[in-house]
Amino acid sequence: METLITQLFNGISVSSILLLAALGLAITFGLMGIINMAHGEFIMIGAYTTYVVQNLFRAYLPDKIFGLYSIAALILSFLVAALFGLVLEKLIVRRLYGKAADSLLVTWGVSLILQQLARSIFGAPNVAVDAPAFLENSLKLGTINLPYKRLFILIIAIGALILVYILMYHTRYGRNIRAVMQNRDMAAGLGVNTKRVDALTFSMGCGLAGLAGCTLTWIGSIGPTLGTNYIVDTFMCVVVGGAGSIVGTVFGAAFIGIGGTAFEFISNASIGKVLIFACVIILLQFRPKGIFAVKGRELED
Amino acid sequence: MKKKMNIQWITMLAILIFIFLGTAPFYMSMFRIGLLGKYICFAIVAVGLDMIWGYTGILSLGHGVYFGLGAYCMAMYLKLEASQGALPDFMVWSGLSELPLIWKPFANPIFAMLMIIVVPVVLAVIIGYLTFLNRIKGVYFSILSQALAMILAVLLVGSQGFTGGSNGLTNFTTIFGKSLSSPMTKLVLFYVALLVLILIFILCKFLVNQRIGKIFIAIRDGENRVRFAGYNPAKYKVFVYALSAAIAGIAGAIYVAQVGIISPSEVGITPSVEMIIWVAVGGKGTLVGPILGALGVNAMKTIASESFPELWSYVIGILFVVVILWLPGGLVSLKELPAKWKKKFKKQDEEGQIC
Repeated sequence: METLITQLFNGISVSSILLLAALGLAITFGLMGIINMAHGEFIMIGAYTTYVVQNLFRAYLPDKIFGLYSIAALILSFLVAALFGLVLEKLIVRRLYGKAADSLLVTWGVSLILQQLARSIFGAPNVAVDAPAFLENSLKLGTINLPYKRLFILIIAIGALILVYILMYHTRYGRNIRAVMQNRDMAAGLGVNTKRVDALTFSMGCGLAGLAGCTLTWIGSIGPTLGTNYIVDTFMCVVVGGAGSIVGTVFGAAFIGIGGTAFEFISNASIGKVLIFACVIILLQFRPKGIFAVKGRELED
Repeated sequence: MKKKMNIQWITMLAILIFIFLGTAPFYMSMFRIGLLGKYICFAIVAVGLDMIWGYTGILSLGHGVYFGLGAYCMAMYLKLEASQGALPDFMVWSGLSELPLIWKPFANPIFAMLMIIVVPVVLAVIIGYLTFLNRIKGVYFSILSQALAMILAVLLVGSQGFTGGSNGLTNFTTIFGKSLSSPMTKLVLFYVALLVLILIFILCKFLVNQRIGKIFIAIRDGENRVRFAGYNPAKYKVFVYALSAAIAGIAGAIYVAQVGIISPSEVGITPSVEMIIWVAVGGKGTLVGPILGALGVNAMKTIASESFPELWSYVIGILFVVVILWLPGGLVSLKELPAKWKKKFKKQDEEGQIC
């Protein structure tokens, strides 16, 4: 029973990180049709932003408020990654709407450049970020230990999910996004500034990746190739859940996170990966576009 | 008429490349020949990739898997020959006392040669059937194929005792009883690679000019129309996917014999995506373009890594962006550029007159 709960918690914890990363991807991939292979590098940008913020706090501010860096880092990692995303959209991505395969290859190139950039600035070895003091302990339920760090990440993930949901479905801006993604010409005809919507949506997706990167710093060290470890799993979440569906993304993250941990528990890390991949292929046999994909009547995508 | 000219020009280019490669040993050092032989293996993979991406429109980001499977099959044979009946060294290090069952038949060279093609084809057919039959297509397939590349790399690293882990398989001594370090064997291997490249080029050229080649192009341009015309696109896609997997497997086997090492780092996601850029740089859908691209990009990589190792990531990153965005036809399409510009200026002139 204890192992079961611990494993389940581990699975949920992995899922929450995947969810944070996949939410951004669900927006750029699902809604905009851009396969952003550099998404993992935006995770990395968020992580390095946290590292820099931590160092600044340590150098210039009294020790007492050191723990507060985490809050500043959460906000800044979102903003910095979003800024990078905005620049990327203006320079490159705006030429790629409607060309999914091309966008995949171009953003792969971008990801190589960003990785090397990080290597030139911060050096190739991994760096560590100290988690704030209030996250050091763990919640004890009987004999089960639930680390505060992972609970905090879970709360951030759920918070981000709720914010994205409200933004997409209960604001004018969200309505504009959905309108542009469903029928660009019609939305433009009704006076929506589609170019602005594209740019803001893409940078929001990248910002969410930055947020994911910030949370990652508390559970492991970070390096220039941090993003590549997550990119495949994150894409699988979106593919399984159904691109463009927020519910689907939550399902995908839970499926890959909890399922992956369970498989790893009953076998080993590498066999676990094979099993979860097999499950994804089997699921896609029934719903080739993902479990929660919107059923349309169009023939071509 | 113009089209005919174009085709002739492309064939001429192919022949020129083959002549250059064939005469290379006469004026290049043995070291350079070794490198060139490696590039030829990559060119073979690129031709196979062009069949599925350039002609059929399936973007596979996991061809390192098939390259790796072919290479590992060959490496298993070479390793067993090198250890001469004893247990291979890395198995001893990881505590195995007996040769694993799947390794045993690879002592036989004929079995190993067969497996180089059979293993990639079987995996490609299984993956192909599961995905194409249920119409998982486009970028969904690309993402799945990428996951496949990651998984194989993880599996190879994870099962240390069977595959040598992240070190891979190396320290080979002989092939078919001939020493691998002698210049003569190296030269023979180089020409074998070149011969295979030429044969595969001719086979693919033949296929794309047949009816089946027309169907590949039709699937790329409008899969549903092909379906409505009474063909089953899934079958053709599985076939071409398996064909390119077999080609990649063969290339991997020749690669291992020449380079003398195969490790998971040549199998995973990064090398698999790099294969795509060879095809894109040279020009997809031309068969000769990918050969040019594979040779050119890898030559550049060697030069860049020799002198400025940090620069290479920037170079290949920018290459991806520039080629896909501004030169979708690759190097081969450069020839048509003057004509295109002429047309553009003409158009602008006409517009000017209207104003």
